[in-house]
Amino acid sequence: MTIRSVLVANRGEIAVRVIRAAKALGMRTVQVHSAADADMLAVKLADEAVNIGPPAPKKSYLNIEAVIAAAKATGVDAVHPGYGFLSENGDFADAVVNAGLIFIGPSGDAIRLLGDKVAARKVAAKAGVPTVPGSDGRLDDLDAAKKVVEKTGFPVMIKAAAGGGGRGIRIVNSIAELENQFPQASAEAAAAFGDGGLYMEKVITKARHVEVQILGDGENFVHCFERECSLQRRRQKVWEEAPSFLLPADVREKLCASAVALAREVKYRGAGTVEYLYDEDAQEFYFIEVNTRIQVEHPVTEMITGIDLVQEMIKVCGGATLSVKQDDIKVHGHAIECRINAEDPAKGFMPAPGLVTTLKVPEGEGIRFDTMLYEGYTVPPFYDSLLGKLIVWAETRDACLARLKTALEGLVVEGVPTTIPLHLALATDDHVRRGDFHTRFLEPWLESDFATAGDKKAEVA
Amino acid sequence: MSKLEIRSPLPGTFYRASSPDVPPFKADGDAVASGDTIGLIEVMKTFQEIPAGIDGKAITFLVDNEEPVMAGQVIAEVEQ
Repeated sequence: MTIRSVLVANRGEIAVRVIRAAKALGMRTVQVHSAADADMLAVKLADEAVNIGPPAPKKSYLNIEAVIAAAKATGVDAVHPGYGFLSENGDFADAVVNAGLIFIGPSGDAIRLLGDKVAARKVAAKAGVPTVPGSDGRLDDLDAAKKVVEKTGFPVMIKAAAGGGGRGIRIVNSIAELENQFPQASAEAAAAFGDGGLYMEKVITKARHVEVQILGDGENFVHCFERECSLQRRRQKVWEEAPSFLLPADVREKLCASAVALAREVKYRGAGTVEYLYDEDAQEFYFIEVNTRIQVEHPVTEMITGIDLVQEMIKVCGGATLSVKQDDIKVHGHAIECRINAEDPAKGFMPAPGLVTTLKVPEGEGIRFDTMLYEGYTVPPFYDSLLGKLIVWAETRDACLARLKTALEGLVVEGVPTTIPLHLALATDDHVRRGDFHTRFLEPWLESDFATAGDKKAEVA
Repeated sequence: MSKLEIRSPLPGTFYRASSPDVPPFKADGDAVASGDTIGLIEVMKTFQEIPAGIDGKAITFLVDNEEPVMAGQVIAEVEQ
């Protein structure tokens, strides 16, 4: 069945991105929104909009019945879940299909399988993808955990089987800590996720976060190379690049092939991301998890491959064969994405919603700004702080950093604080220029280099 | 007997307790001291404690748990 109309079950910049992709494919678009989001950009761009409930996400964007009712009432063929909210909820995918509609993503079963961290580790191992040394699955009890530690050594992470997105993780450094933390972690996981199941992984102390973009139509599977997302604050990505420029060619080849093997193992359909930790010293990579949706940082992959990932996922979920073959997918140049959040980096990243009084967007070759903003828009306080993503491409990484600095200087958002000053500092930092960073680089850097730079500026002023 | 207003310093979602499984910071009718936390405001997924800011008796909440509030909105009243 060809998709002629699509409902966007999301908000913010990704809703805008999906509406634009669907329009480019000639589709009718329907945007759902909460009572707080009637003025958002995606509502203005869509052919039709439906208010699905009060501001609180669980009463609107997380309300499966309300979203399905809106889809039925507007007679759409398909539902795009974006990222976050219901995008990785297998029951939502099933509800869409049971309503006679197409879910733009993998099947509910695939989402549930890959969403269970323990089950996903087993799938990865079966597909020959290396996993971080640790327990083979759920740990029955503390004794089982102690046996695993004999093999891996400390430090180890205790993780909730039902956790994700950095939640439900504890790091322990000794047998005493393990004995103390294990029961607590189990009780906490049961309370937070309704499932007290735990598993354990060795901590890779200096690792990069590298992830591979995959595409599948259920029969054919390709990768669109990798992204480097090591610059994180509180386990949230801040800055992403493609490709991971220091990755040796043979490692890149093995890494990307392993992601395709995993996609084939579950007959993947749509766009997805396989996340890894990469130990640079050992030149070893380890599977972390699969995200069964489009990701925030997908544009850097689009910029270096020329593939429109959102259009492609809509097409394959409508029944089309993948429009690209592996040999056609080539990396050209380098791209960097900066997440522009409504947070004040000089005040501990305190978020602040409010009225956007001025918006100036830089233009030019290799510059793209995916955003939910317009002048006169009031950013509501009820959702995350992402305002937009500045994505810059150039022939080389050095040229990309130079162009990024110019683009950041040309990006003006007034009325709310933004993380633009943080990105300007990163774009001119020596560590960043050398690629000399890992997943635990940014937080200490913010305390030292970034804080000191702020003080010097204040003295000059 | 005069009533004093406690206003939300921020826009966001108001919570009367630190989590769904624990009692509220203050029950209706409680006395409050200036430094007491009377609730939380969730702004863009971060939580800020709201202090009473004034001493008073018999607090009355005007905003329900998990309701959206605007900056400057009166969330509770106390008697002096």
